[in-house]
Amino acid sequence: MYKYTDFDAAFVANRNAQFRAQIARRIDGSLTEDEFKPLRLMNGLYLQLHAYMLRVAIPYGTLNAAQMRALADIADKYDKGYGHFTTRQNIQFNWPKLSDVADILDALARVEMHAIQTSGNTIRNVTADPFAGAAADEIADPRPIAELIRQWSTDHPEFQFLPRKFKFAVTGSPNDRAVTRAHDIGLRMITKNGQAGFEVIVGGGLGRTPVIGKTLRDFLPEADLLPYIEAIISTYNLLGRRDNKYKARIKITLQENGIDDFRARVEARFIDLHPTFEDVDQQILTTIKTAFAPPDFVQAPVTLYTEARTHDPVFRAWSDTNLSAHRADGYAIVTISLKAHGATPGDASSAKMRLIADLAEAYSDGEIRISPAQNIILPHVHKSTLPALHAALLRAGLATANIGLVSDIIACPGMDYCALATARSIPVAQAIATRFDTLEIEHDIGPLPLKISGCINACGHHHLGAIGILGLERAGVESYQITLGGDATETATIGTRAGRGFSADDILPAIERLIFAYLALRVEREETFLETYRRLDIAPFKTALYAQEEQTNAA
Amino acid sequence: MPPPYPPNVITANALINGDVVYQTRDDQWSETLAHAEIITDEAHAQIRLLDAQSQPEKVIGAYLAPIKTTPDGPVTTLFREYFRATGPSNYPHGKQESRHV
Repeated sequence: MYKYTDFDAAFVANRNAQFRAQIARRIDGSLTEDEFKPLRLMNGLYLQLHAYMLRVAIPYGTLNAAQMRALADIADKYDKGYGHFTTRQNIQFNWPKLSDVADILDALARVEMHAIQTSGNTIRNVTADPFAGAAADEIADPRPIAELIRQWSTDHPEFQFLPRKFKFAVTGSPNDRAVTRAHDIGLRMITKNGQAGFEVIVGGGLGRTPVIGKTLRDFLPEADLLPYIEAIISTYNLLGRRDNKYKARIKITLQENGIDDFRARVEARFIDLHPTFEDVDQQILTTIKTAFAPPDFVQAPVTLYTEARTHDPVFRAWSDTNLSAHRADGYAIVTISLKAHGATPGDASSAKMRLIADLAEAYSDGEIRISPAQNIILPHVHKSTLPALHAALLRAGLATANIGLVSDIIACPGMDYCALATARSIPVAQAIATRFDTLEIEHDIGPLPLKISGCINACGHHHLGAIGILGLERAGVESYQITLGGDATETATIGTRAGRGFSADDILPAIERLIFAYLALRVEREETFLETYRRLDIAPFKTALYAQEEQTNAA
Repeated sequence: MPPPYPPNVITANALINGDVVYQTRDDQWSETLAHAEIITDEAHAQIRLLDAQSQPEKVIGAYLAPIKTTPDGPVTTLFREYFRATGPSNYPHGKQESRHV
């Protein structure tokens, strides 16, 4: 893992001291809220519905055991004993006191973490494939690139006041687990004639105007990356609109100017910028890469694993859903579900965080990842240790076998916490997960990404759910709109709205009708919900959602 | 005659812990809606709102929120205000803690 240099440590310490003084001046009345708000947002501190919320970056989703323990300690000492992991590989604390925030940031700095640029119109936490460095399908580990972008973007003087927030995602694999097509810039590692490089995708994003990103450059050599992305953002910084918040993201800049015009400006700027980098970026990248050397993989028999699969049906069910293919023989990538049926998606108690830290040290070379699907990943587990790991997870209530299934729901905090929300998300997720667990059919239903947002800003990625749910307010009550056919992967698609919304009481029965319709419509067990939807289009699903009520109305 | 001014309370978030608070008749801030001053006169509402907004060392973002008066005291009419007055629905945290302990 990357280790802070003296420069990094001094930078974070100085920034924390600065913010500590700003907080003190807010509390003693020297700063008004209007003066303080931009300062707190630069340091990841929001004011939500019931309390402040501190968003802490987990760069490219990678944590070591000591960092996870520090997060658990913060949760106990300064919060309510838990943290909420987000789709952008951050952790959010929902109940910090303003007077404790400087101490929390110092505690984070001791384990090389911070909350800088987790809010505001800046370049946000750089996210990456959570299987980075471990995935069998990977060209190369994308995290050195993500770390290079993190260093370049942190406190970049030109990019502290962009027209709007700016999000990067990087993947080293053709199978996109980093949602790169829904980011302001998505980078997909590719090779061309033996040369390493990137497909540069620009202008993706969700929110009130969902857009799938477009390819700005189909092949950018790795050595050109930093000057090229600096060219993109400096072009956007000048061209992007500042008169209207809803038209300020780069996706709108692209729509208004056309991708060809935007590309021409970027290429011209790139020619100017490229020589100014003097290859310093490449020298830094070479150093960074050494920090991401793979662990020493061992050769050992996997008999314990195959025996457990034969004799233990609970283990077999878990290993069917929660394991992914590793690049090294005899290893697996383990996803620990934070979606126990009825629990709040993405939440982990301090006790669970500490146990995961212990298990990472015992079984995963000390490494932990946070996934954009709000789960936790142990990336390097030898298969012979999987039965012991599973037993430990089972004892702690962390062995839910539901990765990719209907109860593995992405949900934003919604009206239960968020000041922007228009409806609740968490209770809807809890009700759906509990219902399909009771019916005991989620393994039969198979892969079904279901995503819930509590407002149009789409933090719950509802547009990208095979089933998406958007919570709105209609005439003073919660109303839930369903979208269908969304896809967050390399075949990214924005879902289509099914029709009018459902009340809080009617949304669960509607989802049930939808899923039972799918079970009746699929040609074979292997045809997923999304495949069935793509084969038949929306009509039969609309019938499932609305026909009964139309008959009632007609009667 | 103009229509009667609907009952309102003044609410904000407390500076230090961010909790939802309500302005009381005696210029205090309470975490309980039942303690809020119920305002039924528009001119008085504007004066009280100015009072609230001039206390940046105590509260953030003061505004008028509509309520209904009942024999059991004021109740919220907007569901956002209901959640603010009640706390989150997934854990007994925030305002529910003091009631459950």
